[in-house]
Amino acid sequence: MGFLFEQDNFALFRDGFLQTIELSALSALLALLLGTLLAAFRVSPVPILRAFGTTWVTLFRNTPLTLLFFAVTFGLPPLGVHFSHLVFAVLALGGYTASFVCEVIRSGINTVPLGQAEAARSLGMSFGQTLTLVVLPQATRTVLAPMSSVFIALPRNSAIAGAFSVPELYSAQQTFSERGYSIFAIFFWVACAYLLISATIATLFRFLETRLAVAR
Amino acid sequence: MSLFDRPATASVLYDVPGPKARARYRLFGILSLLGVAGLLWYVIATLADNGQFDADLWDPFQYNAVQQMIVDGLLSTLKAFGLAAALSLTLGALLATGQLSDHRPVRWTCTAVVQFFRAMPLLILIVALYYAFFAKDPMWALVLGLTLYNGSVQAEIIRSGVNAVARGQGEAAYALGMRKSQVMSSILVPQAVRSMLPSMIGQLVVTLKDTSLGYIITYNELLFMGKKIASQPLNAAGFPYIPVVLVIGPIYIALCLLLTALARWIEARGRRGANRRTSAAA
Repeated sequence: MGFLFEQDNFALFRDGFLQTIELSALSALLALLLGTLLAAFRVSPVPILRAFGTTWVTLFRNTPLTLLFFAVTFGLPPLGVHFSHLVFAVLALGGYTASFVCEVIRSGINTVPLGQAEAARSLGMSFGQTLTLVVLPQATRTVLAPMSSVFIALPRNSAIAGAFSVPELYSAQQTFSERGYSIFAIFFWVACAYLLISATIATLFRFLETRLAVAR
Repeated sequence: MSLFDRPATASVLYDVPGPKARARYRLFGILSLLGVAGLLWYVIATLADNGQFDADLWDPFQYNAVQQMIVDGLLSTLKAFGLAAALSLTLGALLATGQLSDHRPVRWTCTAVVQFFRAMPLLILIVALYYAFFAKDPMWALVLGLTLYNGSVQAEIIRSGVNAVARGQGEAAYALGMRKSQVMSSILVPQAVRSMLPSMIGQLVVTLKDTSLGYIITYNELLFMGKKIASQPLNAAGFPYIPVVLVIGPIYIALCLLLTALARWIEARGRRGANRRTSAAA
């Protein structure tokens, strides 16, 4: 267990940890923005946008994330698209997670009873008022629990980026293995780091849930 | 229009459109059609401009050896998936039994195991298993990693499914003098299975997708074979990475959609059965 504090191992581990967090945060941001946009498409009254959203979600939800990383890392450079490995990873992970975010938001909107919006309209509320004052606040509450599992899964999935040249925790694990430290000690520290990240996100969402909870 | 016959298009977000709104939607429809078509055209044009549709680049797929590699990869993927699915369902059932146990130490141990493996990145787990025990046989590292992770998730699905059965069911069974094992096996689990089957199959889809992690530990599954095909300099046209993705991606998507369709079918069957029962009782 003590190997972590020998030589420059701790610096490597710390950098990997920070890179994991950076990658997860950027992907979460992309996933949230893209996912909301796709959800808006999927509930819009325009059929072609709905079809676009459905196609995107079907394609990305059923493609293995490793294949997406593979496609982005090896498929984009021949097309003349050259970004850093981090940006490629964010694109793959964000695009993949966006399809899950989209489904969560869409099903959240669908669980709001139709009568709520009808009541709001019959009170004379405009579309914007109905959306922001009645539908979305109720949808947000039902969305939180499934959303938390999507965002807890995100840092776990980000480990795959390590295999595609992003120097994060998985790559730190690889380097330590190559330096010949005991695999169990390495696994212990990497496991601790990931448990810390997912525990933090879970706490954050639980805090949000208690903040937004209403007696029903 | 009465409250009880809403049109199928009724949505919580917007009213049934009038003539003006319909015209507006049509305009949006045309604009977005142009947008989507433009996007598609751009993607295809970029691919074509960079020579990705050149016949030379797709040549490898004509060789029998390459076709055989794809089939072998697919079979390896299915083999790992089959083993992982069977083992993870078994492990899930065992862990769920432990979590529902009356004995506190058993319950706590199983809950700790489930929570730990659910929180670990699957890749880290698989690679650790690979280095520690299975450096010569990556398939078992993959299968065991998938089993530990998916088994834990299946355990949670089974546990919450059993807990979601109406409380009166278990109470009535106990009141009839059944033992706990009888209550579980003949009352609670049969009722829970119907509600949990869709999410269990959903998790099997995840298992299937995650077999592609075998690529990283050099297990010769579909994606790894794809990489092998793509990195062979078979001709001067370059490395066919994009053709390989365009061939392998649809295979994965088709497999997952097949499993999802199975889940839908089972769900529909379950609903049909439930309806029949309630109507017979009424």
